[in-house]
Amino acid sequence: MTTTTTTLKLNLGPQHPSTHGVLRLLLELDGEKILSCEPDIGYLHRGMEKMAEKMSYIQYLPTVDRIDYLAGFFYSELLCRIVEKALEVEIPQKVRAIRVMLLELNRISSHLLWIGMFLMDLGATSPFFYTFREREMILRYFEKISGQRMMYNYFVFGGVRRDIDYLEDVDEILSILPSKLKDYENLIEKNPIFIRRVVNKGILEKETALNYSITGVNLRSSGADFDTRFQDSLYSGFDIGKVILKEKNSMARYRARILEIKESMKIVRQALDYLKKAPALEQKLINPVNMKLPEGDYFADIEAPRGIASCFVRSYGEKEPYRLKWRTGSYYSVNLLRKLLVGEYLNDAIAIAGSLDIILPEVDK
Amino acid sequence: MNYLYFLYIEFLQRHNIPKLFGDITYYFIPFCIIAIALLVVVLGLVLAERKLLGFFTQRKGPNRVGWWGLLQTLADAFKLLCKENITPDKADRFLFNLAPVLVFVPIIAALGIIPYSAEFTFVNTSTNVILYLILAAFPVLSVFLAGWASNNKYSLFGAARSIAQVLSYELPITFVILSVVVLASSMNLTGITLAQTSKWWFSGWFIFPGILGFIILFICILAELNRCPFDLPEAESELVCGYNTEYSGMRFAIFYLSEYAMLFANAMFISILFLGGYLSPFGKYLFGSSFLIYFEQAFWLLLKASVIVFIIIWIRATLPRLASFDLIKFSWVYLLPLSILNLFVAVIIKFAGAGG
Repeated sequence: MTTTTTTLKLNLGPQHPSTHGVLRLLLELDGEKILSCEPDIGYLHRGMEKMAEKMSYIQYLPTVDRIDYLAGFFYSELLCRIVEKALEVEIPQKVRAIRVMLLELNRISSHLLWIGMFLMDLGATSPFFYTFREREMILRYFEKISGQRMMYNYFVFGGVRRDIDYLEDVDEILSILPSKLKDYENLIEKNPIFIRRVVNKGILEKETALNYSITGVNLRSSGADFDTRFQDSLYSGFDIGKVILKEKNSMARYRARILEIKESMKIVRQALDYLKKAPALEQKLINPVNMKLPEGDYFADIEAPRGIASCFVRSYGEKEPYRLKWRTGSYYSVNLLRKLLVGEYLNDAIAIAGSLDIILPEVDK
Repeated sequence: MNYLYFLYIEFLQRHNIPKLFGDITYYFIPFCIIAIALLVVVLGLVLAERKLLGFFTQRKGPNRVGWWGLLQTLADAFKLLCKENITPDKADRFLFNLAPVLVFVPIIAALGIIPYSAEFTFVNTSTNVILYLILAAFPVLSVFLAGWASNNKYSLFGAARSIAQVLSYELPITFVILSVVVLASSMNLTGITLAQTSKWWFSGWFIFPGILGFIILFICILAELNRCPFDLPEAESELVCGYNTEYSGMRFAIFYLSEYAMLFANAMFISILFLGGYLSPFGKYLFGSSFLIYFEQAFWLLLKASVIVFIIIWIRATLPRLASFDLIKFSWVYLLPLSILNLFVAVIIKFAGAGG
């Protein structure tokens, strides 16, 4: 008797506990070994780009928070920046400090959520609740200043919606977080099972990462020195620490995010010190009614938690953009799965995919 | 035959019912008692686990149904009873329905051979350690049936992982149990319990000569039960729900129930082998010689088992899941040689003790 063996096709998702939204991975398996991986996206497509062509800029502004619900501030900052650039408006120093503080707090909250989700993918449930507890402090603060926990709509063209307040809350967050990070270190990083699951797993070479247009933490933990915050005029005057790791594996990506939280806390501290002494906010907002961008192409980019996010606008001098295009970090990470998951076993594959910090609304836009 | 048996026969004879009837029915009664007691224990266990996990993760746990959430699991069980039993279209109907039934039988049987107190063992055979070993390994068969019959890829993966896991962890368990058998010179669970009696408090417990064996057995039991960090067969973030992905309603409830029943049975088993079973940790019983002593003995056994269960839940709250290859490697490379070493140590202790 002869036996023939065939490979097994497995649909991972779109409804699956660890696809972080609705990602569908078409896996070809030999036993539990992955022979090929074909990501299928689009289950969360909301037409964010096409929508912009029919809306004035101020109508579009509240929706951009939804592109990445974990880092909404970054996307409203981008749209504001496009408009400010086009109309050549300089934002005051205090607005800059406010924006930097909120962006970095948002980055911290996003990374905290990632830590919880990553550990959830690895099968540990408790850290998820611990990181959510810390994230909750930040979200409460956001709610106090903007009225929303996730979809802020707080940055407006030329400034912010209203003056910053409740700074003592930020003080509290900054005083509590370091001890909590220490807890994570004890609970997670020293755990031998965790170390076995992340060290030497998901090796991402620097060249591969560059070829696949990977940016952000994933690139920096592969040893590349690439952080657009250093060229960003918004961040000028702030002392930013570099986080570059050379290990290239899932552990490096985890470490890099923890370190980046620490660096972000330093930036928040600087902005906070400035804001405490700063006088009341004086800003000249752009009147958004019938606002038209002059004819031309505009581009803005920012270092978002999941890699570089950028926005491109072509305007023909109308109230609406002729074309608006977003670039988001996760989109390229999803493409990377095609290469990174091949040859891995199913339960490592989940851990590797988790380590890339993929958020599906950001991919599908 | 034991005390309970004679009580039962005496009761029947007083009512002029022939002894043969008693001989046959005696073995059915414990199953009914166990099945009812089991439900209560499992409902308590599920609530305890949810409450404890809540406390570990700074939540309150269930606290809406009943006082302190006491009726939560009952409500959940009722909900599962009301739900529709769905059989997948292409599933093997016979095996699919057989699996939940099969998973339950060996567990009740396993609970029947555990000595709860000196005279309270339903089925007392001279080699019931071996019997327990067989019964404890039995549920994996129904896990495999469930995974195979579901005709679902995730279920199949869960079942395959479960088989691989049990195959690798069954051997160290056997060696550890052998070491206890050597120490106790008995293959009977009551005999093993009594062999741990000593004059000074709990100094006779086998955990002291056999601490290595205790740790190995504890780890293996975690693997047998598919508990964290060995929960690969039902890894939620990977296989959705593993072998019972396709089960719904009462069939799912039975899998769930049996999982917790097995957890408690194994916790009691460890307590008997290493923590002196129903013996009091103070060396002598609080209720001296009255008949309350049986309840006290049962209390000690349940208390010890509860401590073991607490540790297992604690581990679940702390550790991530092992990688699939580490899981197999860990057993064959570390646990198996160590358990053989443990057996040698036990033999040496036994003979040194006998010689000196």
